[in-house]
Amino acid sequence: MQQLPAIPDILKLKRVSGAPRRFQDSLLIVLFLLPALILFLLFVIYPIFRSIYFSMFDWNGLGPAVDFVGLQNFKDILTDKVFLKAISNVLLIIVFSVGIQLPLALALAVMVGRGLPGRGLFRTIFFMPYVLSEINVAIMWMLLYNPDPDRGLLNAIVTALGGESIGWMSNTDIVLVSIFIALTWKYFGFHMLLYLAGLQNIPLELEEAARIDGANSFQNFFYITLPLLGSTIRTSVYLSVLGSIQQFIMVWIMTKGGPVNASETLATYMYRFGFVRFQLGYGSAVAIYMFILCLIFSLIYQRLTRRPDYLTGL
Amino acid sequence: MPIAYFLPRWAQKFLVRIFQYLILSTVVVVMFVPIVILIFGSLKTTGEMYSHPYAFPNPPHWENLVAILTQPAFWRLMWNSVILMLATTAGVVFVCGLAAFVFARLEFRSKGWVFNLFTVGLMFPINVAILPVYFVLRQMNEMGIPLIDSLVGVCLVQIAFNISGNILILRGFFTAIPAELQDASYIDGCNNFDFFWRILLPLARPALAAVAALTMIVSWNDLLVPLVVLNSDELWTLPLGTMQFQGQYGQDLAMVSAFVALSSIPTLIFYLFAERQIISGLTAGAVKG
Repeated sequence: MQQLPAIPDILKLKRVSGAPRRFQDSLLIVLFLLPALILFLLFVIYPIFRSIYFSMFDWNGLGPAVDFVGLQNFKDILTDKVFLKAISNVLLIIVFSVGIQLPLALALAVMVGRGLPGRGLFRTIFFMPYVLSEINVAIMWMLLYNPDPDRGLLNAIVTALGGESIGWMSNTDIVLVSIFIALTWKYFGFHMLLYLAGLQNIPLELEEAARIDGANSFQNFFYITLPLLGSTIRTSVYLSVLGSIQQFIMVWIMTKGGPVNASETLATYMYRFGFVRFQLGYGSAVAIYMFILCLIFSLIYQRLTRRPDYLTGL
Repeated sequence: MPIAYFLPRWAQKFLVRIFQYLILSTVVVVMFVPIVILIFGSLKTTGEMYSHPYAFPNPPHWENLVAILTQPAFWRLMWNSVILMLATTAGVVFVCGLAAFVFARLEFRSKGWVFNLFTVGLMFPINVAILPVYFVLRQMNEMGIPLIDSLVGVCLVQIAFNISGNILILRGFFTAIPAELQDASYIDGCNNFDFFWRILLPLARPALAAVAALTMIVSWNDLLVPLVVLNSDELWTLPLGTMQFQGQYGQDLAMVSAFVALSSIPTLIFYLFAERQIISGLTAGAVKG
């Protein structure tokens, strides 16, 4: 009986047969990758290097950058109280998001679960704000946050309940919470969506088996659902943190980082120096710090998530 | 459910369901309050907005809505946004479709390296990169390529910053198409391009629709890039116009409500029609990526 070549041999044969074919293949690969590569290198990668260059200048954007200051901008930023405030605000938003917004999304996702009648409708409604533009959401919440109880719904409720009207956007202690509430309204639906998709991937049999073994709902959730949702939760934490680091439009529209920098974020800080005060060198240095922050966080995330397969869930 | 051990099973289940629906309905109400208040506000006169701002608009006043809709400026904003959205979406689908095909289906040296380069983009969102991007646009302007104050510039930046995520999404979808189809097509004499064009793309239509729907939302809602790139008001997009309008009529809450309501409605309608595509794109990107 004639022996057929093993499969890998067939592949090898295909490779060597016909040089023109090979050239055609490489040409196709190059042509297909080229548009993405050009745009990506030009508008995403190159700007990073460009801003590293400018970050070492004191430059107002008029004329060429000539006033070389070395690393002075980087030093100045670290001693600027407003920058430190922005960092602490971003950290607070991260803590709030991961500690409040995501658990809320998870709780609602579990509640809507797999089989609840009306599941699709709830998903549609909870996810709806995500598709609205940030500026429209910001304006909607500014209407609600109006300090005058005769005009803003929230203060109308507060005063009707016997409280004093709250300076939602003018009180330096509260403004960040107000912004966070609006952010949660807009974004928790997205995380819920991820959790719903993750839940869908958990085999029903596992929970049934646990129930037969006598596990109650809580045990089921903490010992079956939560561990198996691990990779989805990690993804959503990652996206949430990255989103918090770069939070801009909602804050800028609602408060411009104020009052007295109480709601300053890194992005509003950078925007102020870059596009309002035109201290472009200083602004670039802020951008570099943000890049580094994102990079460090992403590397930590990748290190933490590189786990054995049996831990990454299904 | 220890609270209700003495009840029969069906009653326990019933109680839990009631509890679930109670909480979920509360959240539904919270979700709708800002939108309902906005729509109420858009149907009131300025005077009514001051006297009873969050009451039901009775009778509804359409004056503000009509006033905005009859302004040519509003339609120009719409038009610019639509043009930008379509161009960005077409660009993203084209550019990412090609690249994702290569990453999902073809082998070449240093493939992993090139792919990793693209995933770097996931770490640097546009909000962080906007100032550096502005430098590059300015530099190109000086070189004679007018990208500042031009929709082309906005479009290119939007495409560039949507490349990473969408390549990832599409690669996931493309990889899921069975390898047997590829083998069969080669045996039938297809080359790589034929396979891409005649077999993969038709099969991947839902994936392309997902990416398109997602990009449309992102581009339509984008405020930051137009804000930084565009100066002349005849190029403004809808979110940029909204920002300007709010700055100008900030005190006239009824008017602002009407404007925001009008600019939200297209998005909401689009969402109702494309919900499935948007969601499949998002979950594919996040859960697989």
